[in-house]
Amino acid sequence: MGLDFTIIPKYLDIILLGCAWTIGITIAAAILSFFGGILFAVIALYAPWIIRQPFRLIEWMFMGTPLLLQLFLIYFGLVQIGIDLPAFVAGVIGLGLHFAVYNSELIQTAILSVDKGQMEAARTVGLSRSQALRKVVIPQAVRAVIPPIGNNMIALLKDSALVSVIGVSELTLSAQRVIGKTYRPFEFYILAAAFYYVINLCMEWVQRKIERRISISR
Amino acid sequence: MTDNPEFVQIRHAQKSFGKLEVLKDISLNVARGQIVAIIGPSGSGKSTLLRAINDLDPLTGGEVWLDGVQVNKTLPHRQYEAHINAMRQQVGMVFQHFNLFPHMTARENVTMAPKMLKGLSNDEADKLAEEQLEKVGMLDRMEYYPSRLSGGQKQRVAIARALAMKPKLMLFDEATSALDPELVDEVNQVMKKLAEEHMTMIIVTHEMDFAASVCDRVLFMDQGVVVEEGPPDVVFRNPSKDRTREFLRKHLAGAK
Repeated sequence: MGLDFTIIPKYLDIILLGCAWTIGITIAAAILSFFGGILFAVIALYAPWIIRQPFRLIEWMFMGTPLLLQLFLIYFGLVQIGIDLPAFVAGVIGLGLHFAVYNSELIQTAILSVDKGQMEAARTVGLSRSQALRKVVIPQAVRAVIPPIGNNMIALLKDSALVSVIGVSELTLSAQRVIGKTYRPFEFYILAAAFYYVINLCMEWVQRKIERRISISR
Repeated sequence: MTDNPEFVQIRHAQKSFGKLEVLKDISLNVARGQIVAIIGPSGSGKSTLLRAINDLDPLTGGEVWLDGVQVNKTLPHRQYEAHINAMRQQVGMVFQHFNLFPHMTARENVTMAPKMLKGLSNDEADKLAEEQLEKVGMLDRMEYYPSRLSGGQKQRVAIARALAMKPKLMLFDEATSALDPELVDEVNQVMKKLAEEHMTMIIVTHEMDFAASVCDRVLFMDQGVVVEEGPPDVVFRNPSKDRTREFLRKHLAGAK
């Protein structure tokens, strides 16, 4: 059977809904991974030993095991200990924390490379160390690290497809469902790919906007 | 004006990095309103001494007192942090490399600490910024980010930032050493203005002319000790120690 793209409009609403879920889960997980990344970086660099050690275990878990396994664990595993999360929430937490660990690595390096004089200047006007970190050091570190974090966020968008395995009807799963009804894999996978591409472009655009805003102040 | 001859008091300051002793039992009193210059070769410990006054480089021995309160007193960690933050609010510091916050405008650099620490409203803080930036002649650059300012302008904003906390004491750590020669004067002018307002100042500097013209007292330091101190015309024109003479000869020869 040949290709027939005219079938697309009939199922477009399902695909668009999947798109919305993908965008929603990506945005939510991106926000979690950004602020989680800052928090993790601060813990890794400044927290007392007793907090840092268990945290390192979590970090290792998220970096050293497949994201797929992490999603299974959060969605199916946690139920057994009484934590029953909706699939969307489980997906956001899994993706968000997974990428928070990667963002944290970037932010840690950036914090350490902020000139020592910045902390000193902040302390000499009377700020405490945590105030100085919050107002002076971390804002500079985060600005320096926006481009590589942007790359992580694009990886996050692509990996959001994995959330389909715990039943979130995001773009990839929606495409699969439509294919199940129509037996038209090529048309709908291509369509899904096109949507991913468009979302990708939007994210790059947003990233450029942010970078440009920030570059004025550097 | 010198109502309090022991406004700043350093008693037997001692500082070692491992086996290296950079400050060897230094004592020094500065009266309120007095301006003291510290000169000496690099590695003499003059910056370390200055940075000990607000505990940026904590001493390993000895005491620092400001206006009747010990700066480096022994307290449990949390209490010490609160104490030192309160002390530092009273001591303005200006660095060789300005250390302006690059992600904030000149105005924000000035207003950040007063807003955070003194709870100033936006309006009050902006008024304060205008006052302080006017004083250093930077009112027209209020909304500029540091990247668009020259070195001299940056340093003037840094001075305004320190003044915004209404300090009792100003410390200058080679404030003009990183500046192009033609920009030094604008910063010196600001410092002179502060001197006329009787701000108590301790200035680490390489600029003998400036030290001679504004300071009440000059300290020559070498290898962790105060070799010689006195009024500038004595120390500069008629030093009593060989080491001072040699330093001045070399330094003035190098400067010309």
